[in-house]
Amino acid sequence: MQLAFILEQVLNGLLIGVQYLLIALGLSLIFSLGGIVNLAHGAFYAIGAYLAVALTPRIGFGGALIASPLAVALLGLVIERFLLRRFYRDDPTLGLLLTFGLAMVAEQGLRMAFGAAPLPFAIPSWLRGQVFVGDLIYSRYRLAILVVALACVGGLWLLLTRTSFGRVVRAGVQNPDMVAALGISLRPYMAAVVTIAVGLAALAGTMMAPVTGVQPAMGAEILTFAFVVVVIGGLGSFWGVVLAALIVGVLRGLTAYAYPPATEAAVYALMVLVLLARPRGLFGEHIARFE
Amino acid sequence: MTDRIGDSLSRRDWLRAGGAALIVPALARPALSQGQPDVIRIGHLTPRTGFLGPLGEFAVQAAQLAVEEINAAGGINGRRIELLAEDSVNPQTASAKAERMIQRDRVACIVGEINSASALAISQVAQREKVLFVNTGANSDALRGSDCKRFMFHVEAQNTMMVRAAGRALLEQGLIKGKKVYALTADYAFGHDLLKQAKKFMSANEATIAGEDLIPTELTDFSPFLLKIRQGRPDLVICNLAGAQITNFLKQYSEFGLPYPVAGFGFDTALAWGAGQGNFLGTWPVIWHHLIDAPSAQRFVAAFRAKYKRPPENQGWGDYTAMKVVAQSMIELKATESIKVVEHLEKGAKFNISKGREGYFRSWDHELMQEMYAITALPADAIKNPYDIFKSTGAIPGANESLEVVATTRDENACTFPA
Repeated sequence: MQLAFILEQVLNGLLIGVQYLLIALGLSLIFSLGGIVNLAHGAFYAIGAYLAVALTPRIGFGGALIASPLAVALLGLVIERFLLRRFYRDDPTLGLLLTFGLAMVAEQGLRMAFGAAPLPFAIPSWLRGQVFVGDLIYSRYRLAILVVALACVGGLWLLLTRTSFGRVVRAGVQNPDMVAALGISLRPYMAAVVTIAVGLAALAGTMMAPVTGVQPAMGAEILTFAFVVVVIGGLGSFWGVVLAALIVGVLRGLTAYAYPPATEAAVYALMVLVLLARPRGLFGEHIARFE
Repeated sequence: MTDRIGDSLSRRDWLRAGGAALIVPALARPALSQGQPDVIRIGHLTPRTGFLGPLGEFAVQAAQLAVEEINAAGGINGRRIELLAEDSVNPQTASAKAERMIQRDRVACIVGEINSASALAISQVAQREKVLFVNTGANSDALRGSDCKRFMFHVEAQNTMMVRAAGRALLEQGLIKGKKVYALTADYAFGHDLLKQAKKFMSANEATIAGEDLIPTELTDFSPFLLKIRQGRPDLVICNLAGAQITNFLKQYSEFGLPYPVAGFGFDTALAWGAGQGNFLGTWPVIWHHLIDAPSAQRFVAAFRAKYKRPPENQGWGDYTAMKVVAQSMIELKATESIKVVEHLEKGAKFNISKGREGYFRSWDHELMQEMYAITALPADAIKNPYDIFKSTGAIPGANESLEVVATTRDENACTFPA
């Protein structure tokens, strides 16, 4: 019985981990290719959620699930073109300040436009309910999130490893100067990477809107965890981030079971341990220009 | 080729410009706000960001509405009120801002706060400077007991009043006596205090605690705890969380479809609205809600709705009421000195507080004696709009009871004002 319950917490923890995954992967991609720690990434998650709430009454949740990430991805494209692009090879502090400012502008903008109170938003009726496997309980909605998130992760992996686009991006991560010497401009690739990453963050926001409070600070809340996941997993490592997200989710589930007050603290403790033992993160790659 | 900002300005220049941008408004302000003897300044401090931000927004809007109404009716003996409203952020910032408002802006009093720790910090400044502080949203019993201050008054109910109001409704629903309870508690001063009062109430009424977890305030995913609750199979789930966490909890509880009834001992209606139809469930105490059938309550609701396009919630009521109490006292006294207002309130002056019965402050702990309510979620098919999603008990205590029966006694929560 006890063992079954721990197993249930582990499985549930995997589901929690998936929630960070889409955001953490985007963060990792933007950093490893552009050298920018995108503190505004959580803001795109929040904007995605708000947009989903605004769009759902008009086009339904299914429509919002597609329209909201696309719209926010376009916003990401614009921000890349006019702001981020100026800072790629600059002092990282500048990018940090810029995106920190953007995050504050976005949070306050949401507060001004929609108010500080959480907006009501529920799981659509066709996804409500629970799935029972033996005595284990799953929310049907979370299983749906799992499917969508895994599809995105799979798609992203194929894009990065099986296409010429992905080859240039990976080369750009390792050695942008060599890529330039070969006559390839990284600019359009960077724009595409930011657009995809921002779109994924907005998709995560849309999917989380029915099960978490839709309020202006939601982006800042999730960003911290996504960032910790990236640090644990290791910059530039696709599977490192995936593994870290799942470890963090399971760790939270087990701490909630064993010692609830430390549910959040345990994740930070793990980060400290990983940084002490492996400063580059679990699977962090050796990236010459960041050493 | 676009201009690269980095080429023309060094990082040092940027930081310098940024620093100047932060400092300039701070220097410019005192010059603007000096020397207007026809104005009475009142400071308003409350969290407007963070997990209590959703409630703080109602607080600020309601305080502004109250000031507009007071000024339109001739101000305080002909002097206009000027409201200085700021985000209190956290205890350290709250303390620093309270000090600045008192020493530099010469405010007549400070109104506001929701976070118990920040309220304590402000009260320490107010007591030292001998300036009135009216707490409109912090609940911990300790603020009325071991940490009480002569210059601090409480429009907000203490935790014990919240526990006993909800407890009475739960007893009537048969959810307490001989039942197993699972409690989730916010892991900070407010939650700890609330849990203590809740446990007292439970053991006095023959309920047992089947499980209890302290929840970190940053937690947003409750699923591990929902699984624990399911394993514990309690008769009642008690949610003593705070702010936006309650919204998250309600949404996820309904997502998991657990069958156990839910209740809580601390609540704000904005959080029910934020959870939305079909997600809001259970029985909760509130100090005030927008459906109270009293003429003054409905006047407040109508004025707030006209200005902000939504009904006020209980935190708005707190700050609106505090402003009205302060203004009415100063008008009656024809004076604005804090010590005179303190003495006036201690004498048991009565106030129309937008409820059925008038309220008054107890002289020995400065708590506003007032009617409370317990609300219960309506079933989804009985809901007609996003705001009227609950039904309420009548006033607690009832019309023929003393207002003090739900509050702590001197023995339970002794207060000795510091000199």
